[in-house]
Amino acid sequence: MSALVTAVASETETLFTAPGINYYAIAPILIIFGAAVVSVLVEAFVPRRARRTVQLVLVIGSVLAALGVVIDLRGTRLITGEGALAIDGPTLIMQGTLLIIALLAAFLMAERSIDPLGDAFAPRASALPGSEDEQEFTKRGYLQTEIWPFFLLALTGMLAFPAANDLLMMFVALEVMSLPLYLLAGMARRRRLLSQEAALKYFVLGAFSSAFFLYGAAMLYGFSGSVSLVAIADTLTAKPSEASLVVIGMALLLVGLLFKVAAVPFHQWTPDVYQGAPTPITGFMAATVKIAAFGALLRVLYVGLGGMRWDWEPMLWIIAILTMLVGSIIAITQTDIKRMLAYSSIAQAGFILIGVLAVSPAGLASALFYLIAYAFTTIGAFAVISMVRDASGEATHLSKWAGLSKKSPLVAAIFSLFMLALAGIPLTSGFVGKFGVFTAAIASGATWLVIVGVIASIIAAFFYVRVIVIMYFSDPTPDTASVVVPSAFTTIALAAAATVTIVLGIVPQPVIELVNQAGVFIR
Amino acid sequence: MTELMPAEGVFSLMWLLIALPLAGAAVLLFGGRRTNTWGPYLAILTVGSSAVIGILMLLGMMQNSPEQRSIGQTLFTWVFVGDFSADMAFQLDQLSIVFVLLITVVGTLIHIYSLGYMAHDHDKRKFFGYLNLFVAAMLLLVLANNYLLLYVGWEGVGLASYLLISFWQIKPSAAAAGKKAFIINRVGDVGLSLAIMLMFVTFGSVGFQDVFGVAGQASEGTLTAIGLLLLLAACGKSAQFPLQAWLLDAMEGPTPVSALIHAATMVTAGVYLIVRSNVIFTAAEWAAIAVIVVGMITIWMGAIIGSAKDDIKKSLAGSTMSQIGYMIMAAGLGPIGYVFAIFHLLMHGVFKAGLFLGAGSVMHGMNDNVNMRRYGALRPLMLITSTTFIICYLAIIGIPPFDGFFSKDDIIHASFERSPIIGVLAMLAAGLTGFYMTRMVAMTFFGKARWEDDVHPHESPKVMTIPLIILAIGATFGGLSLVYWGNIETWLEPVTGIETIELAVPAWVFELTTLVLVIIGAVIGWMTYARREVPVEAPRGSWLTRAARKDLYGDAVNDVLVVQPTFYASRWLVWFDNKGVDGFVNGSAAFIGGLSGRMRRYQTGFVRSYALSMVGGAVLVVLALVLVRAS
Repeated sequence: MSALVTAVASETETLFTAPGINYYAIAPILIIFGAAVVSVLVEAFVPRRARRTVQLVLVIGSVLAALGVVIDLRGTRLITGEGALAIDGPTLIMQGTLLIIALLAAFLMAERSIDPLGDAFAPRASALPGSEDEQEFTKRGYLQTEIWPFFLLALTGMLAFPAANDLLMMFVALEVMSLPLYLLAGMARRRRLLSQEAALKYFVLGAFSSAFFLYGAAMLYGFSGSVSLVAIADTLTAKPSEASLVVIGMALLLVGLLFKVAAVPFHQWTPDVYQGAPTPITGFMAATVKIAAFGALLRVLYVGLGGMRWDWEPMLWIIAILTMLVGSIIAITQTDIKRMLAYSSIAQAGFILIGVLAVSPAGLASALFYLIAYAFTTIGAFAVISMVRDASGEATHLSKWAGLSKKSPLVAAIFSLFMLALAGIPLTSGFVGKFGVFTAAIASGATWLVIVGVIASIIAAFFYVRVIVIMYFSDPTPDTASVVVPSAFTTIALAAAATVTIVLGIVPQPVIELVNQAGVFIR
Repeated sequence: MTELMPAEGVFSLMWLLIALPLAGAAVLLFGGRRTNTWGPYLAILTVGSSAVIGILMLLGMMQNSPEQRSIGQTLFTWVFVGDFSADMAFQLDQLSIVFVLLITVVGTLIHIYSLGYMAHDHDKRKFFGYLNLFVAAMLLLVLANNYLLLYVGWEGVGLASYLLISFWQIKPSAAAAGKKAFIINRVGDVGLSLAIMLMFVTFGSVGFQDVFGVAGQASEGTLTAIGLLLLLAACGKSAQFPLQAWLLDAMEGPTPVSALIHAATMVTAGVYLIVRSNVIFTAAEWAAIAVIVVGMITIWMGAIIGSAKDDIKKSLAGSTMSQIGYMIMAAGLGPIGYVFAIFHLLMHGVFKAGLFLGAGSVMHGMNDNVNMRRYGALRPLMLITSTTFIICYLAIIGIPPFDGFFSKDDIIHASFERSPIIGVLAMLAAGLTGFYMTRMVAMTFFGKARWEDDVHPHESPKVMTIPLIILAIGATFGGLSLVYWGNIETWLEPVTGIETIELAVPAWVFELTTLVLVIIGAVIGWMTYARREVPVEAPRGSWLTRAARKDLYGDAVNDVLVVQPTFYASRWLVWFDNKGVDGFVNGSAAFIGGLSGRMRRYQTGFVRSYALSMVGGAVLVVLALVLVRAS
């Protein structure tokens, strides 16, 4: 398409032409973005009473429509928007996963039966915590339906992030994704101060990391005269000797991306934010940001900086090892389940980095599989956390989970399943995922990395299994939380997550074939 | 080996033989309490239908010429990994049809009998479900056309046996007995699984046709190893020395179970295994000799234990061991003995089931008391039970024309062909059989009444006595008809081969000598236990009696050789686990925990320190890249 446009342009010798855009290929992004815009209008014009219903219809409808388009686009491999967006196998797989996860997350966000006061979000984020206004809004049963436009905007950014084929597009996607998430993180109904603190930390550090990213992008532009990943790669082949500018640019760019995937030492925001944010949002961003950011990271490394592989590989080795070990080790002493899962997500980022570091089609495929498996398990785990409550809200302290299996055997069993999957125990999706990245890395000669990975998984197994031990082998205390029976929303999300976790563990073949067929990134 | 014929006509129903009882078991075990009322009848129906199919197949088989009597049916490829493949496939030939009929017909009778025996049990659907499961597994065992599938049936009957022995698990002794049977059987099962692996390594297949086709090409050492491993398996399942200890305890199970599983069918699986693998034992002489030795030791052990026990079921269990010893020994004799082993197995299945069910009927009338010293003079009160019991008694000691006479005498006769020593030992043991069985009959039905006070002996209901009558009829005419009308030797010949016995001394000499010995034994038994007063409290007895009462120290030997060393090893391992392994693990856990606690401190919660660490990280990343570049 773009080639055709260029040809036409040269014939007519006009100085400026509209960029050639294959609208259908980017329709998933456009649908969600359009829905986000409509959603803002809904906030403005639809009466309060009907807003939630309208927003939900809009969100679910647009996500399903976008998912349908993604499925219809399967097999597409093209670059559109004058090289800004690459729609290829990996992009479509990530977009599809993001949309399904977003649907489950939307169900969790829509849940109103768990908290007797309403949903998981503050009735008015603007009201001061503890103020009379707040009590008034709570009493009136207001719901903050602005979460839905934010949700859709963040999703727009996420869909564009792994597709972005130039650094500018990538930055825009990064910001579109991040800014609404900063806000959503601060909207918890309970423990609002903690939530707001988390949002502010997330925002400040996120902005800080964005600056790194932008600075790195500028350096790379200075080197190659282009922001396009393909152009950067071409310049690297053309004049490899002048790459010193690239080294600094690459380092700063990677810092920005590694911040988003929560790799050590750029991880410290994670536990604070995961703990403070409303649990549905924690689940949402834990699962989706990881996918989107790894998508972008993979594309940058494999497409743009493939020629510099021998430069970034040792550095990423160290980061991967640090990430796995630090995440696993610190998680052991956590007493808050959300913080523990935050460190777990850091460790998991390290495991995915092993797949990235295989630098091979198998590595890409295994990382994709790992991301899918991880995303479903994570959102399921946070769904369970949102249901385990005591009088003051969610009971996130581990001591309150003692003997939970005796009170709610089914929920305890499902949560154990998620923990086993995260630990990588066979017959769960996590095992297949870990097996995939380890195999790919060994095939590429990264044996030592895998050895560290195995050691880290053993350490990690300790704290995952500890939760199971607490639930099953401790006697319930008077403090033990109880499990609230949720509405169909959470039930569906939980069932879907558990099903995927088991199915991917027992019959992973169809999904493995899918990620294998996705092929490599388009150049 | 003859080629297998495709399964057509009635033989296409072969899979139903197994599927029917299996479906019955599934319905009963998953159906829950609501099946309590009609479940037992369903169980009888499924086994009965299998019996009818089995009889139809026998009739169908008899119409075929002898070369066309092996029929194969392949359902699907069951395991397919690399070079290894095993089919879900059955083989019905002259050998397996004998077992099919024994299992289904005797099984049906015992199912019917259980209807009366278990009438008041709350969990009778479970009982009938397990019985059905057993029948299905046993049929799978004898119908499988490869060792792996046979192994499934082998384990299946082991499981059913375990479940049924400990059926009254509220009794600690029953639970312990079930566990004991399970563990001892496991030893034998390991033998079978190793034999299967060795076969696959040697022959590249575990199918009967393949293995027997090329067995001659393997070295004798390998064949001996396979044979000994198969013998170990047979010892476990058939309660042969040295794995005999579980059978006596297995009498804790309900009496119909003892009759079906621990007398008539399951415990004969070892005999089936050896006869089925006859090609291997024929080629491996030392393995065959080991079979004879094991069989002979068990013949005597069982007979001695049977002579000393006062518990009617345990005495019968000793007798079962002894009789299976005869079969095993016969199977070790080579082609000359295979036919007689199966013949005796069939006859034993009938009369021993009759004896056990008779014992159950007596217990039923005596408030479940099993102590024969508390019986006596029951004959007039239990006319049907005592008559059928005495018929089966005449059969087991080998009085013509009852069926044990034909089968046991054949075995004794054949053993003389092998060696006079074996022959004499086997013959003397027949005399001992006469003694202990007479002792049992005399103590139970004759002499003076030694009942406990609140016991009112009575005959059992029809549902229990009719199976007894049928079995007694079988014990009366079975041997005669199979020898003079059915000719079991020519029937089995295509599977097992045959050899004629060529001895200088004519056959009737052996028969007469054996008969005289048996009568001497019986007269001694009668004089001691019917004519003289039987004390209610057991006298101290000779050292042999005392040893026999303790199962000839089988448990003590196991205890010293296996249990105690295992306990010590286990204790040592626990110690090592605590000090060594846990020390290491806990040490590393403590180390990592400490590390975790220290690293946590860097998570200060201050944005400024987070940002600082990011900057530090970025600097390090840049430095690392530059360093890599520079080097």
